[in-house]
Amino acid sequence: MNNDEKHISSYQSLTVVLVILLFLTAISVLITGFHLGALTVAVALLIASVKVFIVLTQFMHLKFENRFLRLAVTGVFALFAVVTIITFIDYYFR
Amino acid sequence: MTDNHTHTEHLDSETGKLGMWIFLFTELFLFGGLFLVYAIFRAKYSADFHLAAEELNAFIGTINTVFLLVSSMTAAMALTAIQKGDKRLTIFLLLVTILLAALFMVNKYFEWSHKFEYGIWPGSPVLKNMSHGELLFFGLYYMMTGLHALHVLIGMILLSINVVKVKTGAVNSGRFLMLENSALYWHLVDLIWIFLFPLLYLIT
Repeated sequence: MNNDEKHISSYQSLTVVLVILLFLTAISVLITGFHLGALTVAVALLIASVKVFIVLTQFMHLKFENRFLRLAVTGVFALFAVVTIITFIDYYFR
Repeated sequence: MTDNHTHTEHLDSETGKLGMWIFLFTELFLFGGLFLVYAIFRAKYSADFHLAAEELNAFIGTINTVFLLVSSMTAAMALTAIQKGDKRLTIFLLLVTILLAALFMVNKYFEWSHKFEYGIWPGSPVLKNMSHGELLFFGLYYMMTGLHALHVLIGMILLSINVVKVKTGAVNSGRFLMLENSALYWHLVDLIWIFLFPLLYLIT
């Protein structure tokens, strides 16, 4: 409710967002070509996470949404992270 | 006409959008569960997964990533266009989005038929003779990309309905919740692919 009116994203800013996303895609494709071993997975997932964050905030307008929705989305991703951690703890220490 | 309804309309669209987001949360966990299964089996059968992932065409994967990223931008632009009241541009951008989605599916068709040529399809004799880990990889590959492709198809249908609604004026600059929610759905399709692509195609 703190938002006064609907935010309208400009065509230019959306284009810039796309260029950044394509750039990150190129980096992740190039980096995995180097075969950095276990680090490859970490780097690829890190870049994917950055891309997802950009899509959520820019394309999906979360940056301009009310606090409740932003909190809800953050909470869902945090919940998934917790589920992942618990699953892996179960797998490694069973 | 909408003057005395402005307030309720606004509340309506806020609630409608919240509902869409809650639906998207369930979608995230649908795919999230599959990601987890993939992650665990990858840890368990890393050598087999490495071998199997080499089979995938990273080039096709990259092209499809570009298609989806661009289509996500055109979907976001369509929302901007309808908010600015530019009906023609909205329809054009929606059609571009649908076209890119179709190109994604065409790529997927070639990718899958190439696998089929090698006798790799769910339950195929070739697959049954593979190691347990490779079997799991291809099972998950078909399940995850298949479920994702189904979402692409549903997204195409949703966007097509929007084209008609914008044309008839049912979706307009004062009332565009359906377009907004469809765009959100389309961004989710993009979002899931952003994770699927490195997991399946890049990390070998």
